[in-house]
Amino acid sequence: MAKNVGIVIVSHSPDVAKGAADMVRQMVGTHVPLAWCGGNPAGGLGTSVEAVVKALELAWSDSGVVIMVDMGGAETNSEMAIEMMPEKRRARIVVCNGPIVEGAVMAATESSSGATLERVRRAAEELYSR
Amino acid sequence: MTSERMKAGLPRARSRAVLTHAGGLHARPAIKLTQVAKRFESAVWIALAEQGPWIDAKSIARVMATKTPYMATLYFDAEGGDAAEAASALARLVESDFTDDGNGA
Repeated sequence: MAKNVGIVIVSHSPDVAKGAADMVRQMVGTHVPLAWCGGNPAGGLGTSVEAVVKALELAWSDSGVVIMVDMGGAETNSEMAIEMMPEKRRARIVVCNGPIVEGAVMAATESSSGATLERVRRAAEELYSR
Repeated sequence: MTSERMKAGLPRARSRAVLTHAGGLHARPAIKLTQVAKRFESAVWIALAEQGPWIDAKSIARVMATKTPYMATLYFDAEGGDAAEAASALARLVESDFTDDGNGA
């Protein structure tokens, strides 16, 4: 079972989501559970609740998961996806208010040291909170 | 910050290293530095001058924000049970161009 807090990246664009995930993998490493999703089922820009649910399951950690989103529907669909998760997991998933690329890298850096969900969330949001 | 940094009685260690990494302390080395700092229980600060200002070396956002340029001297100050190990590991990391992270890597 994964111990480090997981990271889920949700963008309207699959290219953005995958690119941000690539940056996390290459800069921070592979010790952090990571998943991304983006685009609508028709292949265009958008986000889908089902895809976020799948990503949450892929990146699941008992320490929790932070979700980095780009804008609008990415956030509301992520919140709906959280509602669809088993009840005992819901409290351990947070949508972060931070820049999707930098926030994902910073959250992963924090997570890679075994930090708690709250500390990982704070790292993801630090650039917007100053 | 100064008051936070004055906990009496804890072991304290300092070190320094010249940043020979091409491009300075950009994203990747900053992440590495933060990750190594976080391995220690000691509080660890970093500065670009001996008199500070000192910033938390365990904060990736703050370490990256220093925008430390190529050939700048990085100063480390650690306070806690493993302060000596932390200070020397960080200096070694910088001196080794971010290859020796003290973890056998």
